[in-house]
Amino acid sequence: MAIEAVTPDLTEDSSRQSGWSRLFRNVSALIGGGLLILIALMGLFASSLTSLDPTEINPSNRLKSPGHEASIRDDDGNKQKVIAHMGTDSLGRDIYSRVVYGARISLIVGIAVALASVVLGTVIGLVAGYFRWVDAVVMRIMDGLMAIPAILLAISLVSLSGASLFAVVIAITIPEIPRVVRLVRSIVLTIREEPYVEAAISVGTPTHKILWRHVLPNTISPLIVQGTFICGSAILLEAILSFLGVGIPPETPTWGNIMAEGRDFFQIHPHAIFYPAIFLSVTVLGINMLGDGMRDTLDPRMDRNI
Amino acid sequence: MLTYLIKRVLSVIPVLIVVAVIVFLMLRLTPGDPAAIIAGDAATSQDIAQIRDKLGLEEPMVIQFGIWVGNMLTGDFGDSFYYKRTVSSMIADRVGPTVALATFTIILACIVAIPLGTIAAYKQGSWLDRAVMGMSVIGFSVPVFVIGYMMIYLFAVKLDWFPVQGYQPIADGIGGFLYRLVMPSAALSIIFIALIARMTRTSVLEVLNEDYIRTARAKGLEESKVMTRHALRNAAVPIVTVIGFAIAILIGGVVVTESVFVIPGLGTLTLDAIQGRDYPTVQALIMLFSVVYVLINLVIDVIYTLLDPRIRY
Amino acid sequence: MANSTKSKNGENVLEIKNLTVSLPKGADREFAIEDVSISIGVGEIVCIVGESGSGKSVTAQTVMGLNPPDQLKPVAGSIHLNNESILDVSQERLRQLRGERMAMIFQEPMTALNPVMTVGDQIAEMLEIHTNMSSGERYKKVLEVMEDVNLPDPKKMIDSYPHQLSGGQRQRIMIAIALALEPDLLIADEPTTALDVTTQAQILDLIKDIQKRHGTAVMFITHDFGVVAEIADRVIVMRNGHVVEHGTVDYVLSESTEPYTRMLISSVPSLTPPKREPIIKGEPILETRGLEKIYGSLGLFGRGRVVHAANQVKLEVRRGETLGVVGESGSGKSTVARCIVRLVDPNGGEVLIDGNDIAGLSQKGIRPFRKDVQIVFQDPYRSLNPRRTVGQSIIEGPMNFKVSKSEAIDRAAELMRVVGLSPDALDRFPHQFSGGQRQRICIARALAMEPEILIADEAVSALDVSVQAQVLELLDQVRQEFDLAVLFITHDLRVAAQICDRIMVMKLGEVVEEGPTASVYADPQHEYTKLLLDAAPGREVDFTAAVTG
Repeated sequence: MAIEAVTPDLTEDSSRQSGWSRLFRNVSALIGGGLLILIALMGLFASSLTSLDPTEINPSNRLKSPGHEASIRDDDGNKQKVIAHMGTDSLGRDIYSRVVYGARISLIVGIAVALASVVLGTVIGLVAGYFRWVDAVVMRIMDGLMAIPAILLAISLVSLSGASLFAVVIAITIPEIPRVVRLVRSIVLTIREEPYVEAAISVGTPTHKILWRHVLPNTISPLIVQGTFICGSAILLEAILSFLGVGIPPETPTWGNIMAEGRDFFQIHPHAIFYPAIFLSVTVLGINMLGDGMRDTLDPRMDRNI
Repeated sequence: MLTYLIKRVLSVIPVLIVVAVIVFLMLRLTPGDPAAIIAGDAATSQDIAQIRDKLGLEEPMVIQFGIWVGNMLTGDFGDSFYYKRTVSSMIADRVGPTVALATFTIILACIVAIPLGTIAAYKQGSWLDRAVMGMSVIGFSVPVFVIGYMMIYLFAVKLDWFPVQGYQPIADGIGGFLYRLVMPSAALSIIFIALIARMTRTSVLEVLNEDYIRTARAKGLEESKVMTRHALRNAAVPIVTVIGFAIAILIGGVVVTESVFVIPGLGTLTLDAIQGRDYPTVQALIMLFSVVYVLINLVIDVIYTLLDPRIRY
Repeated sequence: MANSTKSKNGENVLEIKNLTVSLPKGADREFAIEDVSISIGVGEIVCIVGESGSGKSVTAQTVMGLNPPDQLKPVAGSIHLNNESILDVSQERLRQLRGERMAMIFQEPMTALNPVMTVGDQIAEMLEIHTNMSSGERYKKVLEVMEDVNLPDPKKMIDSYPHQLSGGQRQRIMIAIALALEPDLLIADEPTTALDVTTQAQILDLIKDIQKRHGTAVMFITHDFGVVAEIADRVIVMRNGHVVEHGTVDYVLSESTEPYTRMLISSVPSLTPPKREPIIKGEPILETRGLEKIYGSLGLFGRGRVVHAANQVKLEVRRGETLGVVGESGSGKSTVARCIVRLVDPNGGEVLIDGNDIAGLSQKGIRPFRKDVQIVFQDPYRSLNPRRTVGQSIIEGPMNFKVSKSEAIDRAAELMRVVGLSPDALDRFPHQFSGGQRQRICIARALAMEPEILIADEAVSALDVSVQAQVLELLDQVRQEFDLAVLFITHDLRVAAQICDRIMVMKLGEVVEEGPTASVYADPQHEYTKLLLDAAPGREVDFTAAVTG
């Protein structure tokens, strides 16, 4: 038999290889990514962007409107004029500084929760998807966790363990884990039926190598997408916890805390809610747009998983 | 059919047991004396001894759990030491506004979202589709309390169309009841409109690729009937599923919305109980919300059987 | 005769002239179909034949106006249905014509019917759209058409949902829908491809019968020359969007001089098995005794559904021998293969590999035997991990058995040559290969394990007929070269005739007949085997002989 010349068929490019390059042409992902980079830079360079300490209480500057000129004393005791771009809160703290520093907490919570829930959820999901007896037990626990509304679970966990950044991250991670587990498990159940996995079994590939080589790579794109959405919802949930007064301690500058503090004077001084609200919404919007773009380009199958 | 129903109802039990275990352990695994935590800051040592006795805290964990579940099954959710009342009577007082808000919200969301999602799918790629998808991503991203305050500022403070906050029971007149419910429901429904519109679009799009849609067109059926009779009917199962999942988000949203609009429902009760460290009430409320979630999803599973004859048992 | 586009009685129901349909930008060619002319007269069945990508389905859907308008646009030519130019009519008029004057049936009767609507309602919908019948009249008419397509007990079936019917019954429902208003033109797009051979024979008979009774013009799209021989009056051969040849069925099948047509026809395997020396020497290397597999369980209330997929299956294969396992869907033939490879665990019986029973071994205990038995699957697109290079896929097995990487790669390169591919291709990814090439790679992967036994589970069923012939040839060649015992599982009697030394016929999990290929085909003993052989389309025509003779 003659040796056939193999002509690479370039029109039928696999989604895996072109996915990333398509991502960089996706409008939604570009806008979302751009917004996120700006917010991240703001959090990173918070100290150079502000001249006032976000936690410093100044009773003489209480509840000032945006653009107010405040006078503070610097380290040498000299009086200095500083403009409070976003006004001050009821304790006289500069809202602008608090908003800028608030980006740090939000991003830390978002990224930490996304990483923790994706890693834990993936391990549990892989094991549950591949071993039947584990599956039955694990999925019942996950069903139970999902039955408890995430906000309530998080609120109770924080209130029992005491308000701290660490407690908030844990409390938000726990309700997110079942969603990752379900995603990974469903991928495992689909992939293990694929003929190429059966072929690997029939050439004697041990189970751990099958999971690592043939199953895990299929979960990466969906998990990146899911992780992005988790990051967004974790930031929202952190803000809600702070806003309800059961999150990170109120003196820490977080967007939720600023808004919680501004509630009582909302009708006269709405800026204490609106400025952090805009930053919070834009950040989450950026993350969700990036997630949408990634879902469309990296993983078309994910469509159904909101 | 009956076999399936029985099986499905029985399958709720393990889930509820897991929920109960989680809620139970949350309190017991926290450092400190559970009796002291339950009694709260204002309790006397006599109160604590009484709780210790009632909950069987001297017994092993398993028996404590049994006592707790047993009490709940007989309708005894414990006593609130913070309010000096039984938990069940407090829940009975506050349940009305929450049910009203949640029902109103979900109906509003479906009425708006399902047509939007269907049209977006039908006109895939058009400006209308883009607009719906764009609005939905914004709807996901703006938290309900931000939307709530923006609405209050605009419609109540600036325009004075609606009252700023508050609630009026239906017994005091249906007009005032609805009037005060409009803003909270609208604010809370945004995220569900986003969620349901998106799911509707996705599942209708998926169905539109099916062969039977081509068959319907090959019959010469009008497009509007292709959409309603064939596409939407088949897309119903995933849409109903997402509504089921949305119940969990709805319950969380109710807590926040009630807080923003000062509605005396179960959500504000939960927050007050948490802040007052009134744990029997918190435990009872979490159990209640979870049971509601599980039961609604049970009902949805039964609805499936009406929507899709292929689901067999 | 060869160039006659005119039908027998001069009046054409459908007249396609110089039709060209463009593909969206970025596709592998500019036009889906180019300069296609087809005419179909009253009471005539015209078959459009071609391999995948020939444009035969696009042609049909363009007539119906069912192509997505932004992707497949008619850019030149005309289509006339009863002298009405349907490329120029309004959408409203086109909708009227669909169903009333032309109707279509599709390949997959399961997916072509709405799963949440009763079949009766789906037939009645056709009447509701195009007539003013009352619901009582519609009900009567639906029963009438259901009877017309020979559906059993229409009064009961009218309230069934599609999933409650068999594949053949569903296709009859589709035909009932299409014929409810007695259209002038019926377009059938591979209507029997998804069906079992016995069902296919019944549906073909039904289409022929109805066409005769109603005088419908039929455009019948297929890839199968057996079906063509069975049903066509005239034949149009398409390739890459062009009409290669047209003529009467007798002319195309036996006199055509067009090389592509001849190549296609000669690739159709003959139903007459070639002479093969029986292999009797030696002990069987693969043997099953009393093999049992039951799917499903009794369920909580004892009413679960149980399928006996393999019932007391006994088989033997010797070195150098090919045993064919033939059966329709649900016969249990693939279950037997999967039990032998232990992708499923048998419920009972023995699976002997060179005398060692592996049926009861744990997944760990079975590993040493994995080298000996290898399998090639049906779907070439899903059998290779898309994320790994061909080379990585081939060396995975040997490296599991402590072969060094360099040694495994050398062996892989050698095997690529054996299966007719260039060793350079080892660094490529599966998506860069065609279906036939991928199937060759899968064979190379199996051979890399140096197995004693090779199982081919419908390994050529997903391939176009010309590619199929090449892969069959390769399988036979490696059997000889490596002295393999081959278990060849197929639903296709023609393919089995060509490659198997012995044939085993299965039905509903049981072996009904077994024997040397030539004698089973010449003198089938079991009723079911006779039925299968009778149902094979185009059995009277020996394609290979027709062309060369």
